[in-house]
Amino acid sequence: MKVRLENLTKRWGSIYAVHDINLAVDDGEFVAFLGPSGCGKTTTLLLIAGIYKPTTGRILFDERVMNQVPPKNRNVGMVFQSYALYPHMTVYENLVFPMKLKRVSTTEMKERAQRVADMLGIAHLLERRPGQLSGGQQQRVALGRALTKQPDLLLFDEPLSNLDARLRLSMRAEIKRLQIEMGITAIYVTHDQVEAMTMADRIAVMKDGMLQAYCSPDELYERPPTLFIAGFVGNPPMNFIEVEVVQRDGIYHAQRPGFDLPLLPERGAQAAGRGRVILGIRPEDVAIADEGIAGEVYVVEPLGRDDLIDVRIGDTHVHVLADPTLNLRLGDPVTLRFNPKKIQLFDPETERSLLWT
Amino acid sequence: MDDRLGIGSRWQALILLVALGVLTIPIVIGYLWIVISTFSQRTYGLVPVDASGQPGGLTLRNWSFLWTDPNIWRVSLNSLILALGLTVGVVLVSSLAGYALSRISFPGRRIFLGTTLVLHAFPSITLLIAIFFVLRWISGIPVLGRGIPLIGGFGYNTLGGVILVMVALQLPLGIWLMKGFFDQISWDIERAALIDGCSRLRTWWQIILPQIRPGIAALSIFSFISGWNEFLIPYTYITDSQNSTIAAYLNSLLGDTAPVNYSQVAAVGLFQLIPVILFFIFTQEYLLSIFAGGTKGGT
Repeated sequence: MKVRLENLTKRWGSIYAVHDINLAVDDGEFVAFLGPSGCGKTTTLLLIAGIYKPTTGRILFDERVMNQVPPKNRNVGMVFQSYALYPHMTVYENLVFPMKLKRVSTTEMKERAQRVADMLGIAHLLERRPGQLSGGQQQRVALGRALTKQPDLLLFDEPLSNLDARLRLSMRAEIKRLQIEMGITAIYVTHDQVEAMTMADRIAVMKDGMLQAYCSPDELYERPPTLFIAGFVGNPPMNFIEVEVVQRDGIYHAQRPGFDLPLLPERGAQAAGRGRVILGIRPEDVAIADEGIAGEVYVVEPLGRDDLIDVRIGDTHVHVLADPTLNLRLGDPVTLRFNPKKIQLFDPETERSLLWT
Repeated sequence: MDDRLGIGSRWQALILLVALGVLTIPIVIGYLWIVISTFSQRTYGLVPVDASGQPGGLTLRNWSFLWTDPNIWRVSLNSLILALGLTVGVVLVSSLAGYALSRISFPGRRIFLGTTLVLHAFPSITLLIAIFFVLRWISGIPVLGRGIPLIGGFGYNTLGGVILVMVALQLPLGIWLMKGFFDQISWDIERAALIDGCSRLRTWWQIILPQIRPGIAALSIFSFISGWNEFLIPYTYITDSQNSTIAAYLNSLLGDTAPVNYSQVAAVGLFQLIPVILFFIFTQEYLLSIFAGGTKGGT
C-alpha cells in the first residue's frame, strides 16, 4: 500500500508539532523518519496511525483520504518503544487480540499466531505473560502482534531503543528481513541514524516539525542538503570549519589562518565570493599523509579498528580517523590530506548546502 | 526473612518485632476486652466476674439480641444493601470519571479536578441541612422518590437516599484514586488497543480496567467498609427503625435514660465487625498488592 502525506500539519495551540509535510511512501518501501527527540516524527507516525487528527493537510492510503478514518479501520500494525503489550493477557492472547476484534475464525487465528510465533522464535512462550519475558522477547511479541493482523502498513516507533546494543543489532536485521519477505510498507521512527541508514530504503529527516530531506541513505550521506543533516548523519560526525573561498592562479582555495586547501573547481565555484562559508568533511575523508595541512595531535580516542584523532590546526580542530598502528601521541606534529571529492560547503546563514539543492 | 526486611541481623529484627509488639499491646487488649466482655456479666479488667465480683459469670445473655430482637437482622440487611449500593455506585462513577479526567482533555477539566478536591475537604456535617432539603424534594418525585423496592427510593427516609448522599460524598476520593491508577497506565497501551481495533469504550473495558483491578478492589473495600460502618448519614436521614442501619441500631442502645449495658453494646459492635473482618481476610491480597507497587509487571 502506498502512503502519501500532503501538507500535513499538526498544531497544539500555537506550537507546530508537524509543519507542512509532503512525502510519499511507495508500496513495499521501508521509510525511516529520522530526527532528534521532539522533532515531530512520532507525532507524524501517530497521525498516520489515526491516533491524532491532522490540523490541516491530508493523509492518503493509496488514493483514499484517511483523515477521518478511526485507527481501528486503518489496518495498520504498530510496534512501540515501550512494547505496549497487554499485561493481563498471555503472549498468545496478545497475538490474537487484533484478530479477535476483526472476527477472524478461531482456526485461522491459531494458525496465524503459530506461524508468526515460529517466525519470531517465540513459540515456546505462548502461555507466558509479558511480565515474565525479557525485553527482547517482549519486543518480538509486540512485533508479532503487529504482524498477525496482516496489516497494510507497519509503523515502528523507536522499537529498539529499550534493547541492549547486541540485541538491537540482531533485531535490526530481523525486522529488515521480515519486512522485505512480507513486502509490507513500513514507516520506522528513530533518532538513531545508524538504524535509519542500515534499514531504510529512504530516510525522511525531520527537525522542528519540518521535513529537512527525503532521500536514500547514500544520498543523505554523500550529498547532505543542510548543515543539520550533515552533522546528524554519520558517526563520528562531520567536521565543520569556517573558511573563505578565494580564487588564486585559477584555483579555488578554502582559507583561514593556518589553513589553506585547494578545492575542486566545480565545488569551489559555488562558494567563491560569498565571504565566510562552512566547509564540511567527514573524519574518514581526512588522512594523515606526508604532505598537506600541518597540525598537532590534541586528543587520541581509540575506537578499536581506528583511532579517532583530534588534530588542532591553528585555532580550530579536525577529527580524523587514523590507523592505530601509527601510534600517535599528544603533541605529535601531523600533516593532513583532505579528500577533495568529499568536501561539503554550506551557507552559514541559511545552513543550506551550496553544492546540492 | 531478615534480608527481605533489609535489616542486618536476626537480632535486630527480633528487637524491632518486640518493640512493635509492645506498642501494639494497648489496642490488642482493647479488642480482647470487647470479646471477653460480650460473654460476661461484668468484667474486672480482663477477668469475667459475676454479680458478686467473683471470677466466673460467663453468659450468652449479651448475644440474645440475635434471637430476641428480629430488628437486628433487618438493620443488618439494610447495612449490607447500603454498603453494596455505595460500592457499586462509587466504583462505577469513579472509574468512568477517573478515566475521563486522566485521558481526555475537555474544557473545565482542571477546574473540575480542583473543585473535587475542595469538596473532599468539606466536612459533610456542614452539608446536613442542605442535603435534607434536597432529599425531601426528591421524595416528591413519583416512583424515584419512594417507590423503588429494596432501597425504598432516593428520597428522605429511604436507604436509596442515604446511598445517593454517601456516593456523592465518597466520589471525590474515589475519582482521585481512580485517576491516579489510570495515570499510571502508559498511553502506548491504549494507542495499541485503538490501532488493534478497539473502540474507546472497549479499550477502557477490556484493556485498561483489567490493569487497575487492584485499584478497583481497594476502592471497593474502602467503600464497602465505610458504607457498612457509616453512622451519621443514615442516622440523620432515616427516621424509622425499619430502614435503619446497624450503626444507628448500636447508637439506639446508648439511651440517655436507661442505664447502658456496655457488654451488650460490645456484642453488637463485635457482630458489626464480623463481616468487615471476613471481608478483609478475603481481600487483603489485593490491598497488599497496592502497597507492593500496583500493577507493575502484569497481574
